[in-house]
Amino acid sequence: MIYENKFTANTQLKLSPFFERTSKLNESQEWRRWAGYLAATSYELTHENEYFAIRTKAALLDITPLKKYIVEGPDSQLLLDRLVTRNIAICKVGQVMYTPWCDEHGKVIDDGTVQRLSENKFRITSAEPNLEWIESNSTGMDVIIKDDSYSTASLALQGPNSRAILNSTSSKSLDSLKFFWMMDTTFDNIPVTISRTGYTGDLGYEIWMDPNDALTVWDILIDKGKTFGITPTGLHALDIARIEAGLILLDVDYISTRHALIESRKSSPYDLGLGWAVKLKKRDFIGKASLLEELDHGSGWSFVGIEIEWPEFEKHYKDAGLAPGLPSTAWRTSTPLYNNNEQVGYATSGTWSPILKRYIALAHVKSKYAKEGSELMFELKVEHFRKLTKATVVKTPFFNPERKRSCPK
Amino acid sequence: MSKIKKYDAIVIGGGHNGLTAAAYLGRAGKKVLVLERRHVLGGAAVTEEVFPGFKFSVCSYVVSLMKSNVMRELMLPKFGLELLPLESTMTPLDNDYLIRTADSDQTYREIARHSKKDAENYMRFGPAMGQIGMAVRPILETIAPNPIRPSLSDISATKKILDHVKSLTSKQFEYLTKLMTMSSADFLDEWFEYEPLKATMSASGIIGTFMGPRSPGSAYVMLHHYMGDIDGAYRSWGFQRGGTGAVSMAIARAAEHFGVDMMTEASVEKVIVKNGRAVGVALENGDEYNSNIVISGLDPKLTFLKMLDEVDLPSDFVTAIKNFRIRGSSGKVNLALDALPNFTCLPGDGHHLRGAISISPSYDHLEKAYDDAKYGDFSEAPFMDIILPSVLDPDMAPPGKHVMSCFVQYAPYDINGGWNDQKREDFGDAVINTIARYAPNIKDIILHRQILTPADLESTFGLTEGNIFHGELTLQQLFSLRPAVKWADYTTPIKNYFQCGSGTHPGGGITGSPGEMAAKKILGTW
Repeated sequence: MIYENKFTANTQLKLSPFFERTSKLNESQEWRRWAGYLAATSYELTHENEYFAIRTKAALLDITPLKKYIVEGPDSQLLLDRLVTRNIAICKVGQVMYTPWCDEHGKVIDDGTVQRLSENKFRITSAEPNLEWIESNSTGMDVIIKDDSYSTASLALQGPNSRAILNSTSSKSLDSLKFFWMMDTTFDNIPVTISRTGYTGDLGYEIWMDPNDALTVWDILIDKGKTFGITPTGLHALDIARIEAGLILLDVDYISTRHALIESRKSSPYDLGLGWAVKLKKRDFIGKASLLEELDHGSGWSFVGIEIEWPEFEKHYKDAGLAPGLPSTAWRTSTPLYNNNEQVGYATSGTWSPILKRYIALAHVKSKYAKEGSELMFELKVEHFRKLTKATVVKTPFFNPERKRSCPK
Repeated sequence: MSKIKKYDAIVIGGGHNGLTAAAYLGRAGKKVLVLERRHVLGGAAVTEEVFPGFKFSVCSYVVSLMKSNVMRELMLPKFGLELLPLESTMTPLDNDYLIRTADSDQTYREIARHSKKDAENYMRFGPAMGQIGMAVRPILETIAPNPIRPSLSDISATKKILDHVKSLTSKQFEYLTKLMTMSSADFLDEWFEYEPLKATMSASGIIGTFMGPRSPGSAYVMLHHYMGDIDGAYRSWGFQRGGTGAVSMAIARAAEHFGVDMMTEASVEKVIVKNGRAVGVALENGDEYNSNIVISGLDPKLTFLKMLDEVDLPSDFVTAIKNFRIRGSSGKVNLALDALPNFTCLPGDGHHLRGAISISPSYDHLEKAYDDAKYGDFSEAPFMDIILPSVLDPDMAPPGKHVMSCFVQYAPYDINGGWNDQKREDFGDAVINTIARYAPNIKDIILHRQILTPADLESTFGLTEGNIFHGELTLQQLFSLRPAVKWADYTTPIKNYFQCGSGTHPGGGITGSPGEMAAKKILGTW
């Protein structure tokens, strides 16, 4: 018997405003849950082409599941500055800042971006719900806080051709838009906000719009982007790119202090390599006292990039009669790191980098062993047996092309 | 003019192997000069904007065999190596098609549509060939030992290889022997029954070789093409972003990083030999450069018969080089297109255009194409390996336009009446007519065409007789016999004169391997 079934499905997950398009394009029908949404894992049967779109063409990702909050009012800057570790006072209108935010003990709750939409209006993006946290810290302040998660849809357009695509769709040129700045423009008279931000470490933008315009914006981008190799891209490809960019992921590389059952699961910004984002000279902010103290004593832990050295890695497999067993997707299994039989850390996510041809990972390592060039042993399983193989602490981002920050001359 | 008076080493030819050898020597602290005859580096791995806005990998067009240690040691990703996946192989047929993709279940289902037996055997075939690849790679990665009056290192290399051969399983040994001796058709007949599948798979056994799929020895060429891996996955092919010239440029940038000097439009006339030793080179323009050693990345015919005077070489060696088989068998047709080709069997745009398109419907098709060439004509209906680079990398063509690369076989170097402009156009027409049988719109969408006959490959790229591998990959000229017995370890009968091109072990393709191993040999004896 030959039969042909038509694909129809049902779900209890939330559907993004782009779903009408993404669901039809998703040839693998591989989906993942992202903040309660159905989010494409990969559109094609393998994610390779989508990954290379990020690095060599342009990848289009639905990032609507991000949590978004609008903070508006005369005290909005005051509130933001109290909330996050970056100095919001110096954030100009049209600028975006990446920042973590902490609890009173200086442990990270979440990380995301702060967009200054106008003098007294900000948008915060985050991985997890933060409305209650923002509200509870605004007591006595003249601000209005709004959950923007469902009222703004967003797309990420990432890759070397992303600017050319936006220039062909936007009424205004993107040429002078700098890294971590944003602008308002229109696509065929549809108002959109474009920020030069992303989660890939490449030239890339995020586009913010009214959900009612979502499908039209998607169609315009796909249509104009075709000749530039625009490629709907899922989370498998993104996960590889973000590790190459050295960008952390909540619940994978760290646990929010809100869910940490035990003290040791909590991380300070310093533990996560985010010390650069902690501005201790600014006025009081949540967690400042603890962070000042930690700066004095040191947390004892560092967050670093490691590279698993190829020759030894290859040899382990050769000894088993196998070709090197490279992971085809990014992994998220905590993996021990040793120094002389003593465990001195653990890698939390890793991937083979197809563009760098290097096996890389992000890792928590005791600061004593975290210096660039330090040699560690990475636990590897070859044919069910544990092996130790050489890994070296290296600088992140692993991949950092000049185009990420540059503007056309 | 070059910057310094005397170099440690001069490399003749800025092809990818010459550049690789230079980069390795530079990395070891040697002062190296690369001299390239053309205005552009890369040799046969070159990207040129042949028509305004349309860029082509003019000759060599895919990458798979590039050695991973070469990529690593020369830091090629940092210098621009970017290999995009070629995800499928489609064989268009008159009323049907065969497509193999990166997804094994999809491929199983597709082959099963034609033959359930083949679909299952195909799943076993890949791992079996992968194991053979693993078994052969250590041999390919060894400097071929000299079996005639072997030195200590030759003996230890031979022992290592024998030990390795002894470690093979009986299955591996059986397959290896078969692959070394059989025709690809006979070998594949043992596995499969569906003609288009067999023919397409056998095609990798004839590429660059003046043989048909039924010629004994063609199975080895097939194995050679199976050796490639990208990111540890065997038998995966890649497309370099920006064309294969970008691979050469990445190696050139690495060489530059290691302090190598490179000159283009610097055509070497002769190697200067004094008392049986190479001491430098003389350029066509009269300039001379001195060096401690000279390395040729050219093919064996040019390396020995052009760059040297025969009187300086042992006569039996001259005979061996003259007998070295380097018959050109292929041409290249590069098309600038106004739109995508529309295949009757799979109309419109789709995944099938993102991989290789193989014109190989049957053994008979390939064998008849070979028959034409055997008797001195180009194939009226040739075998073709086609890719659409602009689909993978939109920067290869202006927005909305496309480029199409057609590797065409057979086109004999020694064609009846000799190659001339008319013959070239006729050859181009035969190619277009063959494509049009499967994609009839091709004739309406061609904006420009570049046709390269073996004679063109010889005159433009210095490939003697137009042979893309610097000599056929047949058993009698492989390993310790490539290019001649006793001189397969990159040395030559002339002291301080070395060879590093595809005409040396382990042979052709964008591998970097001859260049790397030659450099390592040279550095080992420096």
